[in-house]
Amino acid sequence: MLHQYRLNGRNIVLDACSGAVHVVDDLAYDVIGLFENHTAEQIVEALKGRYPENEIRECAEEVGQLKAAGRLFAPDTFAPIAGELKSRTAGVVKALCLHVAHTCNLNCSYCFASQGRYHGERALMSFETGKKALDFLVAHSGTRRHLEVDFFGGEPLMNFDVVKQLVAYARSIEKEAGKQFRFTLTTNGMNIDDDVIDFCNRECHNVVLSLDGRKEIHDFARVDYQGRGSFDRVVPKFQRLVEKRGGKNYYMRGTFTHRNPDFLKDIMTMLDLGFTELSMEPVVCAPDDPAALTAEDLEIVKQQYEELAVLMDERRKEGRPFTFYHYMIDLTGGPCIYKRVSGCGSGTEYLAVTPTGELYPCHQFVGEERFRLGSLDEGITKPDTQTEFANTNVYTREECRDCWARLWCAGGCAANAWHATGSINGVYKAGCELFRKRMECAIWLEAVRLSDGQEA
Amino acid sequence: MAHIQTLPTRDLCESAKNGGCGECQTSCQSACKTSCGIANQKCENQKTEK
Repeated sequence: MLHQYRLNGRNIVLDACSGAVHVVDDLAYDVIGLFENHTAEQIVEALKGRYPENEIRECAEEVGQLKAAGRLFAPDTFAPIAGELKSRTAGVVKALCLHVAHTCNLNCSYCFASQGRYHGERALMSFETGKKALDFLVAHSGTRRHLEVDFFGGEPLMNFDVVKQLVAYARSIEKEAGKQFRFTLTTNGMNIDDDVIDFCNRECHNVVLSLDGRKEIHDFARVDYQGRGSFDRVVPKFQRLVEKRGGKNYYMRGTFTHRNPDFLKDIMTMLDLGFTELSMEPVVCAPDDPAALTAEDLEIVKQQYEELAVLMDERRKEGRPFTFYHYMIDLTGGPCIYKRVSGCGSGTEYLAVTPTGELYPCHQFVGEERFRLGSLDEGITKPDTQTEFANTNVYTREECRDCWARLWCAGGCAANAWHATGSINGVYKAGCELFRKRMECAIWLEAVRLSDGQEA
Repeated sequence: MAHIQTLPTRDLCESAKNGGCGECQTSCQSACKTSCGIANQKCENQKTEK
């Protein structure tokens, strides 16, 4: 399957199944569009008013060569291996989202976790429960070396002592177990101090810092329980943390809603504040929520994605590059086809653990009783539910079959699908639309960078 | 080629031969937590065909 698009003066042809990306001139763009359903003579006939005949023939030959080499019109032969990775590694868990605090010191209006409570009671994870979770992870990780643990909430720094103890425990067992833990901390920043900064910079592979961009946008949603905005309190702390981070991974992560589909202004604010590793995510909420993005908003957002790509290209050329999480693609070193067809791993290699040790397929399902898989004490008590997740992949979603981006999203987010359609095998169409636009922009950026001969 | 510039990319068909070690980062253990994309992950297979 091919995807052809024009963006900012470039003609790009993506061969979905081989993963090949071609930057082509107008003639090749037109020839490729006709190639599969027309003979060479028909193509010449159709295009000879616009291009010299000898060039059309030359171009058709080039297209034919790429097809023969499997770099254009490659067939999708991957369906048989779609379930293979998961079945080969059934029972293996390599990543946990550790909900160390189901409580929060902010009261953000759009929070999918209901101010950290996930529809339940406020709770903090004990060290004993966290330790059991880490032992569970090591015990179920099979031959995986890299184990990922995300300290999440709620606000994980409301239980910082336990976080520190758990990291110390993990470090004490990882060598003997032949594992390497990678920790991520996601925080709203309110409780950041020098102790937290030193800890994060020493122990955390990645830190995710929640900032929505412009002060008025951030402060509208990200308020404390007195209704006061948090921007002025968290920004200096984030700046200090990033300054001391010395180049290690971090992301400023914002959420955009109906109030700010023009989120590029928020990206600009983050840049002005000195941050360069950025992520802005569309809000996840019910369609009737005032924060929900409307159809009109989505059009604005798509335009913003294009403008963001142009800005990134300009900044790169000026020697002031920045990163946008969704535009990070590695065309030569990205994931293999097994990863691309087998889905995100929720409910199988990735589980969420609540403060009381309950297991869910991922953080977005926490509190949904239908998806409670079991607990650290009982193990998996709903194997059928886990099997549903194991059996989900890019080929089990009807809508993905005709989508050129399916090997870039691996079938999308099961939680989004469930919220939108009532099935984890559905698709969240608005999310797909934005995902495709992001991929077009990300590939355009790489195409510009590489075709300009300016390797980073 | 005169009309087509092919960028260097990983051949997905070829990656079927040695792929599937499962060492790469789990999709949501990064920055998003609310969507799925695997495009921005790095291959961590030590026996990759590259």
